[in-house]
Amino acid sequence: MRYSGLKVITEGLFGNKGWKPAWREPSPKAEYDMVIIGGGGHGLSTAYYLARNHGITNVAVLEKGYLGGGNVGRNTTIVRANYFLPGNSEFYSHSLKLWEGLESELNYNVMHSQRGLINLFHSDGQRDAFVRRGNAMINQGDDAILLDREGVREHLPYLDFDNTRFPIYGGLLHPRGGSARHDAVAWGYARGADRRGVDLIQNCEVTGIDIEGGVVKGVQTTRGVIRAKKVGIVVAGRSSQVAAMAGMRLPIESHILQAFVTEGLKPVINHVVSFGMGHFYISQSDKGGLVFGGDLDFYASYAARGNLPMVEHVMEAGMTLMPMIGRAKVLRSWGGIMDMSPDGSPVIDRTHVEGLYLNCGWNYGGFKAVPASGWCMAHLMATGEPHEVARKFRLDRFSTGHLLDEEGTGSQHNLH
Amino acid sequence: MRLTCPLCGERDRREFYYYGAEDYLHRPSEGAPLAEWDNYLHLRDNPAGVTKDLWYHEAGCSQWLLVTRNTVTHESSAVELVAERKA
Repeated sequence: MRYSGLKVITEGLFGNKGWKPAWREPSPKAEYDMVIIGGGGHGLSTAYYLARNHGITNVAVLEKGYLGGGNVGRNTTIVRANYFLPGNSEFYSHSLKLWEGLESELNYNVMHSQRGLINLFHSDGQRDAFVRRGNAMINQGDDAILLDREGVREHLPYLDFDNTRFPIYGGLLHPRGGSARHDAVAWGYARGADRRGVDLIQNCEVTGIDIEGGVVKGVQTTRGVIRAKKVGIVVAGRSSQVAAMAGMRLPIESHILQAFVTEGLKPVINHVVSFGMGHFYISQSDKGGLVFGGDLDFYASYAARGNLPMVEHVMEAGMTLMPMIGRAKVLRSWGGIMDMSPDGSPVIDRTHVEGLYLNCGWNYGGFKAVPASGWCMAHLMATGEPHEVARKFRLDRFSTGHLLDEEGTGSQHNLH
Repeated sequence: MRLTCPLCGERDRREFYYYGAEDYLHRPSEGAPLAEWDNYLHLRDNPAGVTKDLWYHEAGCSQWLLVTRNTVTHESSAVELVAERKA
C-alpha cells in the first residue's frame, strides 16, 4: 500500500478500515541467501539496501525482540554530518545525503527536520578547533558557518550570555543538521524491505552461528536452524555476545549513555544545540518535549539505565547554558547500551570467517549513520568488498594503528 | 552505584575513576607478538553479567581496586586492592 495525502483523506472518509499492517509476519524459511542478525535501524536499512541496490531479496532479518526495540528506539535522534577525519567525513556526508531523500525514497514520513545544529565554543582554543572542523566540513561539500557571539545571540537569544565561568564565544552552525523521528526510521526501512520481499522475523533470537571449515553455513535460533550463504551481524549493544558465537573477541566495551525528555512544551528551541563546556546537547521534538543528554556514565554496563551522578551533571549543564528550562518537568530518562570502540569510530568489515560480516562499534553516533551504514553493509555483503566511504571502518585498525580517533582522546574504550 | 573500598568503606561512585577491564593487569612482556598487545589493549570479553574491572579511588585512598561486579544489575560482589593482589 502506497501512503499519500489522498489516501489519508479517503481512509478518513470511510472509517479508516482500509489500512493494512505495514509488513508481513512470516515464519522463517529453512534457507536464505543472506541473514541479517538484528532488526534495529542498521539491520533493517542493510536489508532494505540489499534489495534496493543489489536486487538480493531472499533475505531474512532476525530480531530477538521486536523491530526497532533496541538503540534505534533509545537515542536522541540527532542527524548531522560534522565530522573531521577522512574516513568519517565522507561516510557521514553520504549518510546525510541519504537522509535528505529518505522520505520520498521510503514513502514514509520519518519527520526529518533540518533545523540546524549549533555547537557552541567557549574559549579561543575551542574556536580554533571549530574553525578547523568547519573547514573540513566545507571541504567535504557539506555546510558550516562560523558564528560569533552576536551571531549566536541572533539564533539562540535564550542562552545565558552573562555566564562568566563559561562565556559563549560563538558557535559552529551546521544548517543541514537536525533531527528525525527515530521509530519511524526503523518502521520505514522495515516496510520498505518487506515490500521488496525481505522476511522480517521477530521474536527470533540467534543462539549460535554455524561455521564449517571456516565458512559460515547459517545460524541456530530459538525458532530453529536457518541456513544462509552469508550472515551479517548488526547488533550494536550486544555485539560482543553475538560475535563470541563465531569465536571472536571484539574491540568493544559496552557503556551506558543516558538521555532525558521533558513534558511537552510550546515551540521554544528551534535548533539542536550543544554546550561545549559541560557535554550537554538539546533539541525539541515535534511533540514538544525537550530531548537532551550528556556524556557516558563512563563504566562498562548493560543495565539500560544510568546512575544519578550523571543525571545531576546533565541537569547542571543544562541549567548553566539555558536557565529558562529550569521549570520544565522531566518526564522520563533512559539509557542506551553503546558499543564503545577504542577510537570512538565504528566497524563495517569482513571477519575471519568467510561469508560472515560485522557491523558494530557505533559508540553514541549510530542514529545518524543508519542510512549509510545499511548502504555500506549491503554493499560489503553483496560484493565482498568494502564500500568506498566505509573503507576505513576496518576491524583490524587497532592492531595496525590506523585509528579513526575523531576526538583525539586516545585508544581506550572509556575515553570517547 | 556505590563501591566498598577495602580501606575506606562504602563510598559514592563519584569518588572513583573507571579505567577498564581486568585485562589491563595482564601486560604482555616486552617483545611479545603484536596480537598479544592488541588483545591486551583493545579486545575485550565485555560480558553482560559478572565482570572484573579496574577502578581508581581518586577522591579517597588513591588505591587501584579490582572490582567484581555485575554489568546488568550494577551489584558489586567483591573489591580487592590491586597492590595486595600482586604481592
